[in-house]
Amino acid sequence: MFALDPMLEGDVLWTPLLIVVLKVLVVFVVGLVATMLMVWFERKVIAGMQNRIGPNKAGPFGLLQTLADGIKLFFKEDLLPRRSDRFVFALAPFLAFVPAFLSFAIIPLGGDFRDGNDGLVTWFGVETRVQLADPHVGVLFALAISSIAVYGIMLAGWSSGSKYPLLGSVRASAQMVSYEAALGLSLASVLLVAGTLSTSGIVSAQATLTDWHLISTGIVPFFIFLIAATAELNRPPFDLVEAEQELVGGFNTEYSSIRFALFYLAEFMNTVSMSALIVTLFFGGPQPISFNGFTLDIPFVPNGLEGTIWLLLKVLVFLYVYVWFRATLPRLRYDQLMDLGWKVLIPGSLGWFLLLAAQRLARDLGWNIFVTTAGSVVVLGVCYALMLAAFATSNKTRESQGVQF
Amino acid sequence: MQLIVFVLASLMMILGAVGVVTRKNPVHAALSLVLTLFGVAVHFVSLEAYFLAAVQIIVYAGAIVVLFLFVIMLLGVDKAEDISTEPLVTQRWLAAVAGLGLLGLLVVAVARGADMLTTRSEGLATEVQNASGDANIQQLARSVFGDYVVAFELTSVLLVVAVVGTVMLARKRTAGEA
Repeated sequence: MFALDPMLEGDVLWTPLLIVVLKVLVVFVVGLVATMLMVWFERKVIAGMQNRIGPNKAGPFGLLQTLADGIKLFFKEDLLPRRSDRFVFALAPFLAFVPAFLSFAIIPLGGDFRDGNDGLVTWFGVETRVQLADPHVGVLFALAISSIAVYGIMLAGWSSGSKYPLLGSVRASAQMVSYEAALGLSLASVLLVAGTLSTSGIVSAQATLTDWHLISTGIVPFFIFLIAATAELNRPPFDLVEAEQELVGGFNTEYSSIRFALFYLAEFMNTVSMSALIVTLFFGGPQPISFNGFTLDIPFVPNGLEGTIWLLLKVLVFLYVYVWFRATLPRLRYDQLMDLGWKVLIPGSLGWFLLLAAQRLARDLGWNIFVTTAGSVVVLGVCYALMLAAFATSNKTRESQGVQF
Repeated sequence: MQLIVFVLASLMMILGAVGVVTRKNPVHAALSLVLTLFGVAVHFVSLEAYFLAAVQIIVYAGAIVVLFLFVIMLLGVDKAEDISTEPLVTQRWLAAVAGLGLLGLLVVAVARGADMLTTRSEGLATEVQNASGDANIQQLARSVFGDYVVAFELTSVLLVVAVVGTVMLARKRTAGEA
């Protein structure tokens, strides 16, 4: 009733139940370990980019630094500001932490998707998928979770009863609602091409390199998704929520001890799961690199396990890109952030989606694809010109009459 | 199983709804509203309307209540409101009358349509639900963009009119303007 997984059809049996419990445990532990390594990875890479050494004392290459920090945070004093709203203040870290883990549940973490296989593996005589859940609404679930994630940040800032965290949380809510639209619209292009919402279905649709949605949706949705995802994650250059130079520490200024650690964990966990989602949507997830009938195969490894290795490699690229962003790009000003979101990303993703839809309609109805594309481009160009004219007019009005609001 | 889910989700909704009315702090009331909306989403899932459940979370919990909270925080009205004075005289009496009237209407409607509520009607579902689950979305799309496309477009026009109207009302009139 609740999932597409063939294992969960019919009566409840012991083996499937144990497998589900095992999966939950594995996903949780993998999430925690991935977060731990991500913190180390970020500090190490950014240190390299800034010509420093970075953590190198705890464990080999400083790998255990995060663990040491975590243990230290457990023993720190847990402060509760007097002006805070006690209940919401205590609730907020969990509201940030839980969605971060939930979105990891729908990512296909492995399995054999090549040669038309649909990623099913057999464990202990039961057919299942290498992902915790494969709900019917698939990607929409990820979108819902990322829209819920804002509550943790928002309520943390508000309940602190202090003005800098409040400013951080007001910024967070406006930013995340704005970029949610661009995120959803660029996602729609992928769904249009894949023809399904389920994450395993989306991975199945990307068998060869030219089928990867990066190529088949024409690259633009990928870049819009990447930018909007960075903004959803509140990572640099969109980290206005915690802008240290302006807001002390942003929304988590008043937090200490394990509650602070939960926010920290959620932030890095979100980065990992968003990277995995980008890989799933645009880069074929656990699919190997395959082009023109030639497949890059890792020898001596069964295909099911190979999917996990490919996923890991692809996710690592994006984690590196996020660290690279942080080391390279200066933070946007608030008006630049809103301009980028509303005037560039949303119209851009909507226009591209309409173009793809027109091409699809042309293919279905047997129209000439070039004429249709050219016609759509002309119409979209006229719309773009109209939009620019509207911007110019409103700018002129603002200059002559002053700000109206 | 169905019954347990139903009872739990309904409890969530009722607790949330009572919270919206009784909590003095607007932020707490908004959070109670989120609880109610989640209860509705759980009901949708148990009725196998997965798409509606996802949209319920994305649109209502993820955007609308976030905007409520945004406005509450931005305007700084997040303190317990003093409701001992009546802004409009006889407002409470009128509210009581309207509330009782609505309750009466609901009771009468449920009592008269009891047999319709217990039998399964056609509804939007025109085809047999297939196993893929995408049928859910396809049926919805056929209905909204096919049979009821005029109503759908009119609704969007209504929303645009509302937005433009709000902007016009919120504009400060400058001296040069009429």
